Amino acid sequence: MPLMIVGTVPYEGFPLIHEECNLRDGRLNLGHESVSVVRGTSALLAAACLASEVLGLARPWALLAGDIGRGDGSRRVYAHLVEHLPDSPERVIVFHYLQPEVDWHNRILMKIDDLERRPLLVADAGYMYVAKMSGFATSYDLFTPDVGEMAFLADESVPHPFYTRGFLLQEEEKVPELIQRAYVHDNAARYLLVKGRRDLVASADGIIAEISEPCVENMEPIGGTGDTLTGIVAALLHSGKSVPESAASGATVNRVLGRLTNPTPASSIADLLSCLPEAVRTVLFAD
Amino acid sequence: MSLLTSVLGAFRKSGVKAELCDKGVSERGLLIFEHTSEVIRAESLLKEAGIDVAVKGPPPEVRTGCDLAIEFPIVSGLRVSFLLEQSKIRPLQVLPLQDLLLEPVSLYHVKDFGEYLMVRAANMKITVDKRDLRIVNISGGGCPDVPYLAERLMGKTLQEAPEPRSLGSTLCGYALQLAYEEMRRRCL
Repeated sequence: MPLMIVGTVPYEGFPLIHEECNLRDGRLNLGHESVSVVRGTSALLAAACLASEVLGLARPWALLAGDIGRGDGSRRVYAHLVEHLPDSPERVIVFHYLQPEVDWHNRILMKIDDLERRPLLVADAGYMYVAKMSGFATSYDLFTPDVGEMAFLADESVPHPFYTRGFLLQEEEKVPELIQRAYVHDNAARYLLVKGRRDLVASADGIIAEISEPCVENMEPIGGTGDTLTGIVAALLHSGKSVPESAASGATVNRVLGRLTNPTPASSIADLLSCLPEAVRTVLFAD
Repeated sequence: MSLLTSVLGAFRKSGVKAELCDKGVSERGLLIFEHTSEVIRAESLLKEAGIDVAVKGPPPEVRTGCDLAIEFPIVSGLRVSFLLEQSKIRPLQVLPLQDLLLEPVSLYHVKDFGEYLMVRAANMKITVDKRDLRIVNISGGGCPDVPYLAERLMGKTLQEAPEPRSLGSTLCGYALQLAYEEMRRRCL
């Protein structure tokens, strides 16, 4: 029962790929295609590959197409999903950098709803935006917003973080209020993992876990650190851990990754990945 | 059959598009123009570019412009604005249909890392090395043009980097443009 990661890569003309994925010499290999690891879905996939290997799990599958923001690649991915979801054996599906389009989102959700065995659904990035926009946020098991995106989820009126109203764009201390507001308006998944100076795992019942150590401030500017976190959490979900446990452990692993690599604000996500297996082992196999 | 399937199935059967259902928020934006001739030109231009547009009458609360407006996918706002600007077509207003009073973010969060400065606008962050004004990182965002923009801007200085709006397509790209402008205002 594999883990499937659905997203895009920023290359025009990159074909639709639905393949098992492995990471070798810093590149993701997907059937006949190979991509370098940069921020975005490739970083999520790379982290999921590495964490899966340490956890002794099957390699993740990737469903990807090239998209530079025009939505064409995302629509190819959506069409493929709608056609093939009825045969899907996935246990966990992670939706990531995809052009937010409500009509496609709803078609996919209908197909998922028809499945005999419903997979765990994680939405991050553009797909989290469209899940909220559609009004079906509560159909998901986990959203992984950062602080700015949490304000968007809390703002019941807006279609995209770009329009989030100023009174909600407060400092990080207000995040618990934002979480509560998002749940009041049904704009949050069953669980939230809010990424920030302190990572919060929450549900409609309130804050479940707070992870603030180790604190590596320089992780925030590095593009892709949120993607690696979602990739680690995806692998933990695939291993059978519960959603809140996966979210909390994943947040700790990502922080330990920061401590092990000691990055600067100019580091790249590729610089960090080599330490990811050690970070997973440190947190999960400490005993 | 589950409730979700029933609800969505009902919309499918009745032919009502998902974005018109009363669940969630509208994903459409509205372009308001002064003259009908601009609407006609803009519609052709945007359709040719493959953008899903529709000419509609503006809602009554829009009190400026002519009797026609163009609906478009709000997430593609940056590309729409750039295409119109290139053809010297200037809408009076660009509005999210969900709530015509909503405005783009105007609050910036700035974080000083010593040798580096980070500016966040909405969900997008840009970080610059203060010593040579080189863009060292771009983070946040969720639309597919963000990794594309990051690859094209990172490693370049604020003086030589292309503006995000010239390469991006989505509202995440637009938020990055705002963060980039704020960074330039602070550093140049």
